[in-house]
Amino acid sequence: MSIQEKQQEIIDEFAIYDDWMDKYEYIIELGKSVPTLAPELKTKDRLIEGCQSNVWLATEIKDGKMHFSADSDAIITKGIIGLLIHVYNNESPETVVRSDLFFISQIGLAEHLSPTRANGLLSMVKRMKTEALHSLSK
Amino acid sequence: MEHTPFSVSAIREHFPALRQKVYGKPLIYFDNGATSQKPQVVLDTLAKYYALENANIHRGVHYLSQQATSAYEAARRTIQQYIGAKGPEEIIFTKGATDSINLVAFSFGERLKPGDEILISAMEHHSNIVPWQLLCERKGCVLRVIPISKKGELDLEAFEQMLSERTKLLSIIHISNTLGTINPVKELIAKAHKVGAKVLLDGAQSIQHLAIDVKDLNCDFYTFSGHKVYGPTGIGVLYGKEELLDTMPPYQGGGDMIAKVTFERSTYNSLPLKFEAGTPHIAGAIGLGSAISFLQSIDMQAAAAHELELTKYAQGILDTFEGLHIIGEAKNKTSVVSFTIDRMHPFDIGTLLDKQGIAVRTGHHCTQPLMDFYQIPGTVRASFAFYNTKEEIDTFVAALERSMQILGA
Repeated sequence: MSIQEKQQEIIDEFAIYDDWMDKYEYIIELGKSVPTLAPELKTKDRLIEGCQSNVWLATEIKDGKMHFSADSDAIITKGIIGLLIHVYNNESPETVVRSDLFFISQIGLAEHLSPTRANGLLSMVKRMKTEALHSLSK
Repeated sequence: MEHTPFSVSAIREHFPALRQKVYGKPLIYFDNGATSQKPQVVLDTLAKYYALENANIHRGVHYLSQQATSAYEAARRTIQQYIGAKGPEEIIFTKGATDSINLVAFSFGERLKPGDEILISAMEHHSNIVPWQLLCERKGCVLRVIPISKKGELDLEAFEQMLSERTKLLSIIHISNTLGTINPVKELIAKAHKVGAKVLLDGAQSIQHLAIDVKDLNCDFYTFSGHKVYGPTGIGVLYGKEELLDTMPPYQGGGDMIAKVTFERSTYNSLPLKFEAGTPHIAGAIGLGSAISFLQSIDMQAAAAHELELTKYAQGILDTFEGLHIIGEAKNKTSVVSFTIDRMHPFDIGTLLDKQGIAVRTGHHCTQPLMDFYQIPGTVRASFAFYNTKEEIDTFVAALERSMQILGA
């Protein structure tokens, strides 16, 4: 499945919810299903401090593909992380660097990636792209 | 001034923002500690000023400039009378409470010497911490912090022990924006004065809830922001005793604050203009004046009683929630209910409340040292104004229950 198709799949999944609370219930369930990052991986260099919630991001590259795992102290943030990881994992660094995350605004979550939201998500996306870029220059 | 009996429904009529829906739900605005909504009269004043009265003040010979100048100065007098200052020269317009505190830190701070002490409390807002830290770095002064109890009350014994002839200033929050604690400021002021210290009261959370009489309080400085007291953003007030302000050097240089400028030296304007360099926020000042006039038309004692009742009502219900902890249980508190819930992040609670039409604040509320004291990352804070109702609290409580269900399930 291409990165475009993965995003479209999320958009279709969210289309069934017209109530905000249902949408968030789904995100929260997703957040609970995202595996917790092992404590030894929650190091300072993996921490992305937000004003409201914190995010930890661990990156691996296996067979030329990006593998992110991440965690947050807030469950909604973690749910959105789950979506981002689903979209980016198993993609090549080039695809991640060049990607446009159009699904976020289409499912009505753009506010969470706005610079003023300060929940660490926008910085996390930037960090994901930077990590992908680094792996290209190696 | 004559006022009509206090009626929440009548007051709500003045606030267009309260009539809107968000996410299809009627807006419940419980973020008044951050900023208050604006009554129509303030909006009209601002629109009329920019439409018909706009001119630069103090120097113009023409009609509009004179109109604008007298409106600006009338606003100053309205505020002076409202807080009981001796004269208009004791009212300095600033950008807000933060700006007011910085003004004092820079200007009053000039006279401080290495080893001089500044007292603040453990419940201060960052804006009443950082300006003093900067001053201490510049002047070699010492910042000392009055401890608080877990309930969120000042340790008065410790305070008295900290007072000495080295204490030059006590700068303290009147009502805590995070805990709602009303500090016993009159007592603090009297005790600080006994050792010769001056006192700054941070009134950002008190001007909108309590009747303020600076003469009766006998504080040396009182600071507040316009936007938290139903006025515009970008305007605030520094009250200072005239004899003190008179001996303080200017904070910023520019137009309006001078008497005579030559390249060799300049002399400064008299109070209050000495501290108002450049074109001020004229519309803001006039808008704030109209907000204060609006308050004068309301029975503020009854409004304060209503706000206290809302606080007690909300706290009483939330107290019965399993796993919910009220942060700030001072005996004397008002208008703020801060809380944490076991295993639930304030950000998640705030996000789910928002989607149900309820505006609260989550996070550290610009009081990180206070969060460290309670060893929590932040709280959910509901903060009330006189236009809020018990029905809104009921809706909020139901929405909170639903949020907890979703998060806990």
